Amino acid sequence: MDASVDLAPCRLLRPALVVEDLTLRYLTRRGEVKAVDGVSFTLAPGQALGLVGESGCGKTSVAMSLMKLLPDNARLIRGRVLLGEHDLLTMTEGELRRFRWRRISMVFQAAMNSLDPVYRVGEQIVEAIENHNCEDSRQQARSRVSRLFGLVGLEPQMVDRYPHELSGGMRQRVAIAMALACEPDVIIADEITTALDVIVQDRILRELRLIQNDLQMSMVYITHDMAVVAEVTDRLGVMYAGKLVEMGDTSEVFGQPLHPYTEALLRSFPSIRGEKLPLIGLPGEPPDLIQTPPGCRFHPRCPSATEICRQKVPPKVQIGTHWADCWHPLAVTATGGRVPGDQIHGAN
Amino acid sequence: MTTDIEGRLWVRLAKARLALRGFREAWAIFVESRIGIIGLAIILFFGILIVAYPILMGTVWDRATYDPITGFAVDQAAQPAPPSRQHLLGTDPLGRDVLSQLMFSTASEFLLGITAAVVTVAIATSVGAVSAYYGGVVDLFFMRLADIIIMLPTISLLIVLTALFGLNLLQLALVLGVLSGFGSTAVVLKAQALSIMVKPYIEAARVAGGSRRHIIFVHIVPNLLPLSLLYMMFTVTAAIFSEAVLSYFGILNVRMSWGIMIHTASSSGYLLGGTKFWWLILPAGGAITLLCSAFYLVGRALDEVVNPRLRRQYGR
Amino acid sequence: MIRAESLTKLFPISRGRFKRATSLVHAVDGVSFDLPRGQSLGLVGESGCGKTTIGKLLVKLLEPTSGRILFASPPAKSGDAGGESVDIARIKGATVRNFRRHAQMIFQDPYESMNPRRVVLDTVAEPLQVQGIGASHERLDLVSGLLDRVGLTPAANFLFRHPHELSGGQRQRVAIARALVVGPSYVVADEPTSMLDVSIRAGIMNLMLELAQTQGVTYLLVTHDLAVARYMCQRIAVMYRGKIVEVGATEELLQDPLHPYTRALLSAVPVPIPGFRRQEVNIKGDASAAIDPPERCRFYDRCPLASVICLNSPHPTLAEKGPGHQVACHLV
Repeated sequence: MDASVDLAPCRLLRPALVVEDLTLRYLTRRGEVKAVDGVSFTLAPGQALGLVGESGCGKTSVAMSLMKLLPDNARLIRGRVLLGEHDLLTMTEGELRRFRWRRISMVFQAAMNSLDPVYRVGEQIVEAIENHNCEDSRQQARSRVSRLFGLVGLEPQMVDRYPHELSGGMRQRVAIAMALACEPDVIIADEITTALDVIVQDRILRELRLIQNDLQMSMVYITHDMAVVAEVTDRLGVMYAGKLVEMGDTSEVFGQPLHPYTEALLRSFPSIRGEKLPLIGLPGEPPDLIQTPPGCRFHPRCPSATEICRQKVPPKVQIGTHWADCWHPLAVTATGGRVPGDQIHGAN
Repeated sequence: MTTDIEGRLWVRLAKARLALRGFREAWAIFVESRIGIIGLAIILFFGILIVAYPILMGTVWDRATYDPITGFAVDQAAQPAPPSRQHLLGTDPLGRDVLSQLMFSTASEFLLGITAAVVTVAIATSVGAVSAYYGGVVDLFFMRLADIIIMLPTISLLIVLTALFGLNLLQLALVLGVLSGFGSTAVVLKAQALSIMVKPYIEAARVAGGSRRHIIFVHIVPNLLPLSLLYMMFTVTAAIFSEAVLSYFGILNVRMSWGIMIHTASSSGYLLGGTKFWWLILPAGGAITLLCSAFYLVGRALDEVVNPRLRRQYGR
Repeated sequence: MIRAESLTKLFPISRGRFKRATSLVHAVDGVSFDLPRGQSLGLVGESGCGKTTIGKLLVKLLEPTSGRILFASPPAKSGDAGGESVDIARIKGATVRNFRRHAQMIFQDPYESMNPRRVVLDTVAEPLQVQGIGASHERLDLVSGLLDRVGLTPAANFLFRHPHELSGGQRQRVAIARALVVGPSYVVADEPTSMLDVSIRAGIMNLMLELAQTQGVTYLLVTHDLAVARYMCQRIAVMYRGKIVEVGATEELLQDPLHPYTRALLSAVPVPIPGFRRQEVNIKGDASAAIDPPERCRFYDRCPLASVICLNSPHPTLAEKGPGHQVACHLV
């Protein structure tokens, strides 16, 4: 499966990050967990790409693979992660050190809890800067930290605080500052606002957007929250059971979802605006990634599933830069209704 | 619908089947860790000794020669006699067969260990649960008591007690059980009980209308038992070892045990003979070490069953 | 059915072992509200606003520092008169056990709210068992019936499963079954869907709504998610730092928010429409806990409209500004 050519609007031609056919398995007592299967996408400079899905869909595993921060029982079966011309997955730990934090960095979900409680927060960022040789002297590192704090909206005196003296939102901002410390090209944000109150979340999202524009940074934004992803991202990928099932410009994926799972996700979110529609979730259970269903992995829960879905892996259906892997993709008819759109097959 | 008797029987049956399945799953995890199997094998070996003793006594061995306490090996020239065909592990300074002594003592060592362990767990679980649940003065009292017990050097205390009262094995087991039960084990189990108490299902039980007794006995204690079982193993080890030390000093009111075997050798001066009289020390010392280690290994393997986080993620 | 009057819950922050508590957290401070039968109420607010504390007060998991919670048990048959109003904060002993038939709770964490060593049957039957309702075979039938009704069919498959053998959605269904098994008048639901997968949440919410109809249960829904509160409740109360700042019918409150905090909260909620421009979130500063708060309006330091009146007057009380719509603000 080759990487989809994303001709998304971007300022430069060379993509910031290319992921090709990433396939990852975890070895456990009960068997091999097929956590990530053939995931491919391209990230343009300055672009924000969202990866949505529910728990167990593989999005966090993808994030960890991008940084090559995998646990002992993980087995990379195949795939490439290209930062420029360098394939991160073939590098040794030593080589990776030049890339981690300097070209690509990550803000974790529990970042606010992963700050070392015995050191002041400013110190921790200075240490990170020094470890990755992003500045020549400690003095310069310190002034960089001050700038970073300003960037994420923290007051300068917070530099000397300990993590427990800061609120959750502030700690998350420290974690973001740390990820920005060496001005990487790509930042991966894994559920960074999930544990935060909505007003704090709003603030952080706005700041992040400003920073992204200022520094021309690309971002991979991982979340299960469709509302956040609608606000923050330019391109959107939907994951289910370890596979990328749909990808396209955010407005297109929301406006005309091709994959039944995407539509189910969209219909599962209650909203405070607009009409109060009845919510329709999905029947059944999240998929077992050890004994994956044959054919299309979504078929046990799919309202449009037919015999072929149970037997054969679905083909890619593509409209411009928007694609989905489905035997019966949805399409908008002239009347605005939704029908299985077999006629869209192969349109390009 | 169902009648009362039918209903109850059906539920009991289903639960029995569940318990069996649970046991089988626990066993599978236990088996995976090699140390558990080794420990269990050693215990089994000693179990065989216990069973073999009365058989041998009733058939091959005659009481006059082979009785561990009163026998005398007339077939040997000098005592203590080194291992020979009639006496596989030789004889001790008083002419008694060493193997016979070893096997005879095994049963009482087991009983000692298990009695102490059961008493410890019974006391520690209750104290831990009550302390955690009621808090306040009750907690303060039990924890201070535990502090005092932990502070006191156990061996010295036991020496004093046995000097005053002349403890036999059963009494020693009870004393050890009580000391450990109100001491360090209580503290550990109380900590565990505290972590259980903050779980939402305790709140759910209260909202359902559960009384204090219900919450303690239905929710807290059963969740403490796996940890208690674990500590039982370590108590057995401590008990056997304490007995060995006290017997070595000759102050226990016991006629025959592994510790007594070493004591006999020591008080007759044979320990100073280097390795010349190895059969006087090695069997008893080896037995103590092996059995203590065995229970400890089983305890460690049980820890993996009880504590899912310790299990290895992937096979082999 | 329920009327809370000046409900207050203070938690001491202890300083030193022998000194008495010098500071108090005003988790809930003089809160009054009604929970009429059949009208589910959503208590919304950010973390630390006191909504979870109120939920626990209403099921007697916590005792109030002061105030009353008046409960009038609904009539057994329609047309009958209801029970007398009783202050549940004052009841003791056997009366408490009787009260527990009327009020139950659904917890946030589907896994931690069940004893991992007990099977579904025991967990769901527990309220019946401890209150001595029914013989054991009757309980078995009741539980099986309820499991079917919450979507765990065939019940026999689920009766003897342990929590770790169930998925998140299934566990929460068990929790719902347990809450409803005694036939309560009201159920406090503390963030019942926040720990569930998105596609599962809809099923659980719809189930809860359906059961509200068929079992005649009223919910007090505690949540930080306004969208969930909108979907499930007829009325919403917005809380800030231990006080209710606005309460009213759901749609009206969302269309016409009057309190500046409600406005800020509403404008901060992300909207699942790409390209939608939200209003600027009009609020200053950062949230903090209500420790020894001064007597003025709690929202003063963050309010965009704060003025001299707000600084000098005590915290505003809830005043009616529209039919069933109350706001606590000096400037509205």
